[in-house]
Amino acid sequence: MKKKLVSALLVTSMAAAMLAGCGKGGAEETGSVYYLNFKPEADEAWQALAKTYTEQTGVEVKVVTAAEGTYEETLTADIDKKDAPTLFQISGAVGYESWKDYCLDLSDSDVYKQLTSDDFAIKNDNGVYGIAYVYEGYGIITNKALLEKAGYSIDDIKDFNSLKAVAEDITARSADLGFSAFTSAGLDSSSSWRFSGHLANIPLFYEFEEDGITSQPATIKGTYLDNFKAIWDVYTQNATCAPSELSAKTGDDAVAEFVNEQAVFYQNGTWAYGDISSIGDDNIGYLPIYIGVRDEKEGLSCGTENYWAVNSQASEADQKATLDFLNWVVTSDEGTSALADDMGFVSPFKNAKSVSNVLCNIMNQYVADGCYNVSWAFNFTPNTESWRAPVVSALAAYSAGTGDWDAVVSAYVDGWAEQYQLSQQ
Amino acid sequence: MKKKQKTVNSSAVNSIQRKAMKKYAPIFIIPTFIAFCIGFVYPFLWGIKLSFFKFKTIRFQKFIGLQNYINALKDASYFRAFKFTVAYTVVTMILINVIAFAIALALTRKIKGSTIFRTIFFMPNLIGGIVLGYIWKIILNGVIQAFWNSSLALNATFGFWGLVILMCWQQIGYMMIIYIAGLQNVPTDYIEAAQIDGATGGQILTRITIPCIMPTITICTFLTLTNSFKLFNQNLALTNGLPYDGTIGTTQMLALNIYSSFYENLTSLGVGQAKAVLFFIMVGIISMVQLGFTRSREVQE
Repeated sequence: MKKKLVSALLVTSMAAAMLAGCGKGGAEETGSVYYLNFKPEADEAWQALAKTYTEQTGVEVKVVTAAEGTYEETLTADIDKKDAPTLFQISGAVGYESWKDYCLDLSDSDVYKQLTSDDFAIKNDNGVYGIAYVYEGYGIITNKALLEKAGYSIDDIKDFNSLKAVAEDITARSADLGFSAFTSAGLDSSSSWRFSGHLANIPLFYEFEEDGITSQPATIKGTYLDNFKAIWDVYTQNATCAPSELSAKTGDDAVAEFVNEQAVFYQNGTWAYGDISSIGDDNIGYLPIYIGVRDEKEGLSCGTENYWAVNSQASEADQKATLDFLNWVVTSDEGTSALADDMGFVSPFKNAKSVSNVLCNIMNQYVADGCYNVSWAFNFTPNTESWRAPVVSALAAYSAGTGDWDAVVSAYVDGWAEQYQLSQQ
Repeated sequence: MKKKQKTVNSSAVNSIQRKAMKKYAPIFIIPTFIAFCIGFVYPFLWGIKLSFFKFKTIRFQKFIGLQNYINALKDASYFRAFKFTVAYTVVTMILINVIAFAIALALTRKIKGSTIFRTIFFMPNLIGGIVLGYIWKIILNGVIQAFWNSSLALNATFGFWGLVILMCWQQIGYMMIIYIAGLQNVPTDYIEAAQIDGATGGQILTRITIPCIMPTITICTFLTLTNSFKLFNQNLALTNGLPYDGTIGTTQMLALNIYSSFYENLTSLGVGQAKAVLFFIMVGIISMVQLGFTRSREVQE
């Protein structure tokens, strides 16, 4: 009896070992792709695209999407595994510094040659290590129909003062109108990045521009933080909810308020088009975030923090499979359609298709009209998440009246210096 | 009487069982032991090793001696988290055990439907910590908003008591079940004898019941102590360290502090590892002291 059991066990384990061997052998010949995707909103489209590619070429493509806000954790955990991602993303030069041991030089790759401009690559003297795949812009998404109901046209808003005047007028009459000026500026983690990242970038951009800063600074001055306070006050005092409730408001709350026509303005970016398209393309307006500094020619805030990087530690077959896959994505009909139509990406590749995303079209219109771009200075933030968390907490306390603005300034300016020091240890 | 017979029977069976147990023990132990080695011993040894290295991923590492430990001990947020954790552990340990014991006492009296009550009280324990944390965040924020016009993210006091309420709700049912098991094992003859001697209810409780269930109390305090000290999921979901005092999360407990130093910056993974090793030593010492303390009060049979 016992012997039988033992032999049965042995047979099973042998079979398992053989099967495992087979699987591995097959994969090594052709190589396979494992993409650790950053954008949850694009997950479905990536899965479909991976399936199409596998059907056409027989190369296995696995796409895994990290949960919102956990990309670094997931990547750190996965990259050391035997079955590590062959394709991942880094968030610009600061991200490259942290992952440089794993970034393959892409200067000879086909996908790099498809880029329309070197501005979209992470490049240094040795090579090319990251390729931007999406170009995005954020601002204040506006419901033009509601704005007209309040007696204004989108052309009335030209600078910070007119934005403030319109918002305050809507607030004064909000009981009659049945809607508010701004959606809730929620400071729950699902929404707070819109302010600690994007809104806070506007004063940062002007400060860097004034001081001529082009690489990560050790300290910042907070020159335009009074303007930050002014726009934050406009956001929170003319919103759908009391400022004291903001700390618990989520990203979904703001979307719901906007699509249910409870508010005219919603600060977010081109990636949010899918969430808000139900208000109708004709009703969508898109304003720059005016903070009272050089407002007259200000455009939207465009840039990218999404760069593809290929894992230099993966097997050569896998690297080749990954590069082939990327090239297919940016050149083939299926790939470019998926990028433009399903994911709604404006991508910087030669064969990129134009997108039906109204927000992207308005974004391009600003550029065509000669407005300057408020570039993404926040890409220089040291230890991004650790810098942002205290800023959010201070903003919440300030809005609720339990803290003062000085705490925000301190988290913003001193926090930067502190995190920079930590990151240099 | 019934009980005594049972003991006799079981001791007769025991010797036969023991032989069988010796023979087949490895079959039952080995799978768990292998899992324990893979899931605990191996990563634990790796963890200790890594606490002396500077690393981003374990493929690229650099030996830096005790620097990680020095950085960990210099970190003000670590001490803040330690103080918060100790205060929290003391409060929850007392509250959970007192309430669980009281409910267990009530439910071992012959109350109608006591089985249903036991089941209902036990149920919260079946829900995962993260889910619970998010649900309670909504509930508590609603209440705090209505009464104090504030929120968990604005006031550390709310965060502290929110965590206490959450853990009590989740743990009391579990501890109650253990206490009920303990109470049912208190020999009825002792209590009957005491009643005949004219002891009051309070005297029976303090002189007989509690000394008799001291082993149960040991288990329960041990479990609540380590559970509270190592709390992570609920902390992450409910407050995530908010609000901040400067750059220090005021409701961060030790486990969450270790977790966040892992992802805080590119050089602090080793520091996080060192913090985790220190944390292990702390949990070990506290548990040993507590175990020794309650053990010495147990009644020797």
